[in-house]
Amino acid sequence: MLKLIGILIIVIGFIRKYDTLAVVITAGIATGLVGGMNLMQIFDVIGTSFVKTRYMSLFLLTLPVIGILERYGLREQAANLISSMKKVTAGRVLSIYTLVRLVASALSVRLGGHVQFIRPLINPMAFGAAKNSNPMIGEVEEEVIKGHAAASENYGNFFGQNVFVASAGVLLIVGTLEELGTVVSPLDVAKASVPVAIITFIYSGVSYWRLDQKLSAVKAKSKTVSEKGA
Amino acid sequence: MTMKDMLLEIMYVLCGLVAIITAVYAIKDHEHPSAKITALFWTLLGIVFIFGKYIPGSASGIILVAMALLAATKKVTFGSLKNSDEKFRQEKAKAIQNRLFIPALAIGVVAFLVAQFVPSLGALVGLGFAAVIATVLGVIFTKATASELAYDGSRLLQQVGPSSILPQLLAALGALFTAAGVGEVISGGIGSVITDNSKLLAVIAYCAGMTIFTMIMGNAFAAFAVITAGIGVPFVMSQGADPAIAGALALTAGYCGTLLTPMAANFNIVPAAVLETRNPYRVIIAQAPIALSLWVTHVALMYFLAF
Repeated sequence: MLKLIGILIIVIGFIRKYDTLAVVITAGIATGLVGGMNLMQIFDVIGTSFVKTRYMSLFLLTLPVIGILERYGLREQAANLISSMKKVTAGRVLSIYTLVRLVASALSVRLGGHVQFIRPLINPMAFGAAKNSNPMIGEVEEEVIKGHAAASENYGNFFGQNVFVASAGVLLIVGTLEELGTVVSPLDVAKASVPVAIITFIYSGVSYWRLDQKLSAVKAKSKTVSEKGA
Repeated sequence: MTMKDMLLEIMYVLCGLVAIITAVYAIKDHEHPSAKITALFWTLLGIVFIFGKYIPGSASGIILVAMALLAATKKVTFGSLKNSDEKFRQEKAKAIQNRLFIPALAIGVVAFLVAQFVPSLGALVGLGFAAVIATVLGVIFTKATASELAYDGSRLLQQVGPSSILPQLLAALGALFTAAGVGEVISGGIGSVITDNSKLLAVIAYCAGMTIFTMIMGNAFAAFAVITAGIGVPFVMSQGADPAIAGALALTAGYCGTLLTPMAANFNIVPAAVLETRNPYRVIIAQAPIALSLWVTHVALMYFLAF
């Protein structure tokens, strides 16, 4: 049981929000020590494994080009594209964003973000579309739309990224399995991630469709109320 | 050394240079709150990337411990490197239009094509080629200068920060867990629950372990190393599951946990604050039905596709 001390250190360290790298290294050293290794052996395992898994950090090579694309308006152009859509409902805005985000992360295009896209663009568009088709929509519905807007970013980001052959997640799977004595290819892991990406889009679409239903139900109810009032 | 290994080694040297250029921009940044510590961190990373193959593993290990200590000071930070201003970006977006997407899309497409059609080189060399091709296309379309490439590369790496090497450190942690025999302890505990060799129970235990551990730690990557060593390999893979399929589904089963936990603050709590919701758990509430249906789907997919 003492060997589980590393897991305990990670759980406590992450909950207390200590620096992640320091927590992971501490957990590793503690685990090695209770497992009967000396410090030099532990350093050797850490260093050897790190050098062997340098391929997990090859994304560093893509940073300069992504940086200049951002400098020359990549995000602005994406925003222009999305906002050129017309006649949409809240649910459809979110479906389209989820699809774009899924495809972008599957192609390793780091285009998205709650701060960059959801707050300035997607949430206002979804709320605007809802309010446009039903002026009675109020604060309660606005709050619900915000939750779904933030969620659309997470669905696309999480479940699309492993479709990319050299994503951090795919390489983590390959690297961890290799350390455990099983060799798999990144391409096979990426292909195995496709069904979940597609299913995520379908499930999120159903959830947004239900959101639209709810928003129009508000419309029907509030109409009768306003008619009685009038 | 094979052609593939040689190309990879060249790419690691290039990665190391990106890290060292980042260090240079940090030290030259006079508004950086902790320029020296930040520069030292990225220099050390550059050294491990460039010389890792030629120095003893224990030396790299000691360098990594030193980097973790630097990160623990919380002074490996982002300085004052800036993106262009909004007006410039809008003008350029109008001028360059959708051609801006081509280099970005080239990264994923080229890497996939190389992985698919040149298996002797594989996805990793493919990513290297893709980065080079995308960079050339990017420079052609934007007419950016070489110094802008270096500047923006360092800007992004400083923004990502020390956590950029977290996946590699977690793999190293997995190696230590294996060396110390942690997997056996967990599998001993699970083994007393899963007594008959039921594939379905093993799959449920793997998916549930990933989700619950991710919810506790707020990080599916950390959970993956632990749960795959403890449950995945000894109970699921050992019964003949395809490791690529089971592994891929296990990680995204972990992401179902990410959708459900306030521990994943970056994804669930911070966005709620950014959107100024009244309920701080608004995002998790929206995600819960999807997360639970996806989780059940993961169990079914792993059971039917991996075996």
